[in-house]
Amino acid sequence: MFENLDALLLARIQFAFTVSFHFFFPAFSIGLASYLAVLEGLWLKTGKSVYLDLFKYWLKIFAIAFAMGVVSGIVMSYQFGTNWSVFSDKAGPVIGPLMAYEVLTAFFLEAGFLGVMLFGMNKVGKKLHFAATLMVALGTFVSAFWILSVNSWMQTPTGFEIGANGQFLPGPSWWDIVFNPSFPYRLVHTVMAAYLTTAFVVGAVGAWHLLKDKANPHARKMFSMAMWMAAIVTPAQIFAGDMHGLNTLEHQPAKVMAMEGHYQSHPNGAPLILFGIPDSEAKTVRYAIEIPKASSLILKHDLNAPLAGLDTIPDDEEPPVGMVFWSFRIMVGIGFAMLGIGLWSLWGRVRGRLYDMPWLHRAAVLMGPSGFAAVLAGWITTEVGRQPYVIYGLLRTADAASPLDAPAVAASLLAFILVYFTVFGIGVWYILKLMGHAPHAGEYGVKRGDTGPIRTAGITPGPTQNPGGEDTLPTHAPDEKEPV
Amino acid sequence: MDLTVVWAFIIAFAVFAYVVMDGFDLGIGILFPTFAAGRERDRAMNSIAPVWDGNETWLVLGGGGLFAAFPLAYAVILPATYPLIIAMLLGLVFRGVAFEYRWRDPGHQAFWDKAFTGGSFVAALAQGMTLGALLQGIEVEGRAYAGSWWDWLTPYTLLTGLGTVAGYALLGATWLIWKLDGEEQAHARKLAIRWGAATIVLMGAVSLYNIALNADYAARWLSAPEIYYVAPVPILTAIVALSMLRAILKDRNSKPFWLGIALFFLGMSGLGVTIWPYAVPEALTIWDAAAPYRSQSFMLVGVALTLPLIIAYTAWAYWVFRGKVADEGYH
Repeated sequence: MFENLDALLLARIQFAFTVSFHFFFPAFSIGLASYLAVLEGLWLKTGKSVYLDLFKYWLKIFAIAFAMGVVSGIVMSYQFGTNWSVFSDKAGPVIGPLMAYEVLTAFFLEAGFLGVMLFGMNKVGKKLHFAATLMVALGTFVSAFWILSVNSWMQTPTGFEIGANGQFLPGPSWWDIVFNPSFPYRLVHTVMAAYLTTAFVVGAVGAWHLLKDKANPHARKMFSMAMWMAAIVTPAQIFAGDMHGLNTLEHQPAKVMAMEGHYQSHPNGAPLILFGIPDSEAKTVRYAIEIPKASSLILKHDLNAPLAGLDTIPDDEEPPVGMVFWSFRIMVGIGFAMLGIGLWSLWGRVRGRLYDMPWLHRAAVLMGPSGFAAVLAGWITTEVGRQPYVIYGLLRTADAASPLDAPAVAASLLAFILVYFTVFGIGVWYILKLMGHAPHAGEYGVKRGDTGPIRTAGITPGPTQNPGGEDTLPTHAPDEKEPV
Repeated sequence: MDLTVVWAFIIAFAVFAYVVMDGFDLGIGILFPTFAAGRERDRAMNSIAPVWDGNETWLVLGGGGLFAAFPLAYAVILPATYPLIIAMLLGLVFRGVAFEYRWRDPGHQAFWDKAFTGGSFVAALAQGMTLGALLQGIEVEGRAYAGSWWDWLTPYTLLTGLGTVAGYALLGATWLIWKLDGEEQAHARKLAIRWGAATIVLMGAVSLYNIALNADYAARWLSAPEIYYVAPVPILTAIVALSMLRAILKDRNSKPFWLGIALFFLGMSGLGVTIWPYAVPEALTIWDAAAPYRSQSFMLVGVALTLPLIIAYTAWAYWVFRGKVADEGYH
């Protein structure tokens, strides 16, 4: 299947494949962990059972998504060594400690409190349980902090020295390494992307159930919360993305040239190419639809500011233009579609008809997976855009790989593709099945089977199935079909 | 004090913590087919469901710590054992998701139970074989692995792999003696005796093979004056092994489990004696492979601040789910 590919290209495909798959899960679970903390906090504050029901509804989904994130994440932590050993040897002294801090301050925190969060409510009481939920949410954020610092350092390396043996060594200040120039922008942009990804999934599930029953109070609550996020966070995200772009222009201009499709320099104001087909052979964008001078306006805040193009970059230092150009447009397009949904929901809210707008609900369902697409497109933009370097300007991707034989990498790549599509495909299907159940009063938590003699038929839930003292709620009719 | 030595002990501690903590999780996975479908399997899995994720995190600390503190060793060992590492990772994928997936669809439960066992077995075997591949030596040229991609497959690595599988199964069975009662406990006891005996035999076989494998290893254990320092390890191992078998037959709670851990501790100490001071035997000492002082000291601050906390809240999480597993599981 891969006999014509060399070991380097196979290793690159394998890394791209495994990291893209992995990224979907934290992109969802970072936001969902925070959402669960908000729901549990609101339940503790107001005592309203709708929040507890929603907490339990999303907790089941979180458990599956988190497990997929963990197992695909461990693959990443070893793949630096298995497939990129030259990079690991050279960059280990600088980025290794940051990743060790991620394990110490984030992974243990998440994993240590996850068990209590999932199964411990009737063992530790409400307040300690809430504390555990907060720790898990904090852990997901801290994890993003460290790994994005690592990624940012690879994009905009600072604070290092080069050793006699060719290794990158830490300079006197770790602050300069951790808070490298692109890190604050990347962190804000990525974490907001994770929040939006979750918000649009929650919004889609709410909208789906509103379309079936617009009176469902649980669906209403989650839809409303998600639409507030869409309306407030999307504009902030567009602003943050713009700032990130300006930062990239300063530190990685070739990436911005590829995003903009600027093969040529424009001394008197560069056009904003909306669409077109980049042709790297001819070094031009064919069939371009462009707004004159608008690119200079956006990037330099001056209609006539000169902008350099890829003609100023040696050919062997240019990123592949087509992928960067297209993935950037997909990301931006989705961002503005998200903004549209947010504004539409505000308009509905003003008119008091938020739960009564089937076309908004249909659009929200359609936009459910949009966050994942945007996150992936953004990731491709930034990762392909920094090629041909793995450490920008200093270490080429081609010089960073392990000395492995092509058949070994081909076999592992094939195995990853088969296993990931099967295992994670099934996991996503289980999540969709859970989402297909209407949220209702007396929602179950994460259940671990009906093994006791009392419930051999799985019909009458025992008292312990409703943690948090909700056993006495009279509104609850056990749903036999609810997956346990 | 030499930070490189400190870091060698920190990595060794992380690996030890991983081996015993995920060891009993993986062991339960390996033993899973011998449990009756239904109540017995559910209880066995429920006994580790709240803690497996934290247990597995020690593997990330071991790997991540190696990357950070000994990047050259990380960059040599992982390509040398490439197929084993990939197999372990994929095994852990199946094992990890099975915890959630087996409850999602009754029609798929039998399949995910098999995935749980298969994943646990493959991960355990691959980990043991990786250890064997490291001990038997790795070809290094300059700063890179220089062997072929099948060097890791030898009778010796198969032996270390099987030894690890048996040891994990032993830990899993002793954990279940602690967490279960009644008929299920009696079943765990039977398994623990069987796998305990297998573990002891395989540990002995690996130790003898080590001595035959490499003249330096033999000198480490058999020549004076070293023999006086290292002799307590095999003697203590024999004492612990016998006490453990006794406890398995008699004790109703945690004693067999703790003695199983002691057995692992002694086994790892023996490996430490064998391999010291190399990160990759005969090729790279820990000082050859070490990250610079600035990397080591920066991380050491983090370890000093967080590791006590990690141990505290991990202990708390275990405490929350203490005692015998209830029928209905944790929720």
